[in-house]
Amino acid sequence: MTQLAAVPPREPRTGRSAAAWNVAKVRADFPILSREVRGRPLVYLDNAATAQKPRAVIEAITRYYESGNANVHRGVHALSQEATDAYERVRELAARFFNVSQGEIVFTAGTTAALNLVAQSYGGTVLRPGDEILVSEMEHHSNLVPWQLVAERTGASVLTIPVSDEGALDLAGFERLLGPRTRIVAVTHASNVLGAINPINAIAAMAHERGAVVVVDGAQSAPHLRVDLRAIDCDFFACSGHKLYGPTGIGLLFGKRALLEQMPPWQGGGGMIAEVRMDRSTYAPPPERFEAGTPPIAEVVGLGAAIEYVLGWDWEALVGYEQNLVAEAVQRLEKVPGLRILGEGADRVSVLSVVLDGIHPHDAGTVLDSLGIAVRAGHHCAQPLMRRFGVPGTLRASFGAYTTLAEIEALVAGLGEVAKVFAR
Amino acid sequence: MTQRGSGEAGSELDELYQSLILDHNRAPRNFRPLENANRHAEGRNPLCGDVYEIWLRLDGDVIAEATFQGQGCAISKASASMMTQAVKGRTVAEARALFDRFHELVIGAGSQGSGVGASTPLPAKLEVFRGVSAFPIRVKCATLSWHAMKAALDGKTE
Repeated sequence: MTQLAAVPPREPRTGRSAAAWNVAKVRADFPILSREVRGRPLVYLDNAATAQKPRAVIEAITRYYESGNANVHRGVHALSQEATDAYERVRELAARFFNVSQGEIVFTAGTTAALNLVAQSYGGTVLRPGDEILVSEMEHHSNLVPWQLVAERTGASVLTIPVSDEGALDLAGFERLLGPRTRIVAVTHASNVLGAINPINAIAAMAHERGAVVVVDGAQSAPHLRVDLRAIDCDFFACSGHKLYGPTGIGLLFGKRALLEQMPPWQGGGGMIAEVRMDRSTYAPPPERFEAGTPPIAEVVGLGAAIEYVLGWDWEALVGYEQNLVAEAVQRLEKVPGLRILGEGADRVSVLSVVLDGIHPHDAGTVLDSLGIAVRAGHHCAQPLMRRFGVPGTLRASFGAYTTLAEIEALVAGLGEVAKVFAR
Repeated sequence: MTQRGSGEAGSELDELYQSLILDHNRAPRNFRPLENANRHAEGRNPLCGDVYEIWLRLDGDVIAEATFQGQGCAISKASASMMTQAVKGRTVAEARALFDRFHELVIGAGSQGSGVGASTPLPAKLEVFRGVSAFPIRVKCATLSWHAMKAALDGKTE
């Protein structure tokens, strides 16, 4: 852990100093950051659960409802055309943000919906009894349970890619699991508990050699890394708008075009068809094939505003800033008596899980809450990983573009208060 | 008390983590399986992962013994510990009434009791859980073992 500052992550990283990131300027864009909680300034360190929203996003949603609201892909009227243009423009923006084609971006309700879509539509089509799905032990339940469901339906089995004591994916173990029956490899880009960044390039190369596809949960990487999906070469990638400074209720699925083309619809309804007869229907090409029903248009517009907003950032500076923040946090937290950081994190996004000797994470979380510090306590929808590390839960602090060193110091001081309460 | 924050939040926190609660958390009472139990239930909060098992031995209509085991936060563990003490020696109807009184206490409601309930006040020391009402998100922690106790009474037999 002490090496963290010296070990550069594998993702593109800046050589520039963290000072290149103007955190005060960014904070001014987020109205909620000026509020108080329990009589103290809010210290928001729960960004892995959801990020706060900049004014640009909030205003875009309001503007849409005040002057642009109509259904998309339906009406002949001007307003509907405007809404459709706005909606499709966001697809274009998202494609640009992730360096893929517009036709490879499917809007979904979020990461969970996107992963279920892949599992049911792709998995449900290709999996045969005896086929294998490799899922890592550090997955969020949303990249595990959908695979269990489809495995049960198809007779495939789910095999576990182990996690090392250091909190990294065991690549040698992964290689041993890869076999002729491996069809799908489901892995997170960055752990929502450990922050560990997984080497998707290497995983994808190994999986592709065996003819398996790679499904990546990008919920925690998209907000912290400048993710280039062509470069990491995964087959599917899911993420949520609300962790990327956008609204809730909207996320996306990237799928390689050739794979999306061969997938059947997930849900049926309006907007996803080519022609409907009483006895049978034909379906629209992707991405519309997977967007049945009226989509969350305002949320898509809000997501577009979020992507535009973050595209305005100097990402090299941001990644350098966050890496510096997490290194500083590790240094300070390691000095807290009775505290253990989960995972060695030589390579991680700014997400940290800690456990405290003899103090349950919920109790620590409540004490921190009383000080206006918002952290997450619990199993973080990653029960297998909790079991792997033999803990009932952890206390998780997760940072973002507006997190300051002063907030990390407040967290460390708060943990001192936690110790005092439970030393009585 | 400690020199923690002197503001509102600090005093709410002192209310929540009273020394009796910390004591029961550190040294839970009746913390063991009960071999000759005739009622058993598990209480699980899937959102946070807290899990407790409750064992009761009913002697006719009276709860002769109550024990528990499991893991969770200080609030849930202390609550389970003190629940086992509170229901021991009570009739089933009294234990159910205590459940209602305790629930009212932690959600900060006034007593809605009538019938048996009204004549079954909470043991005074359970008043230490009144502080939970300032932290609504922790109500489930405080009531987890109580729900399990009720489920055990509702007939989950081992």
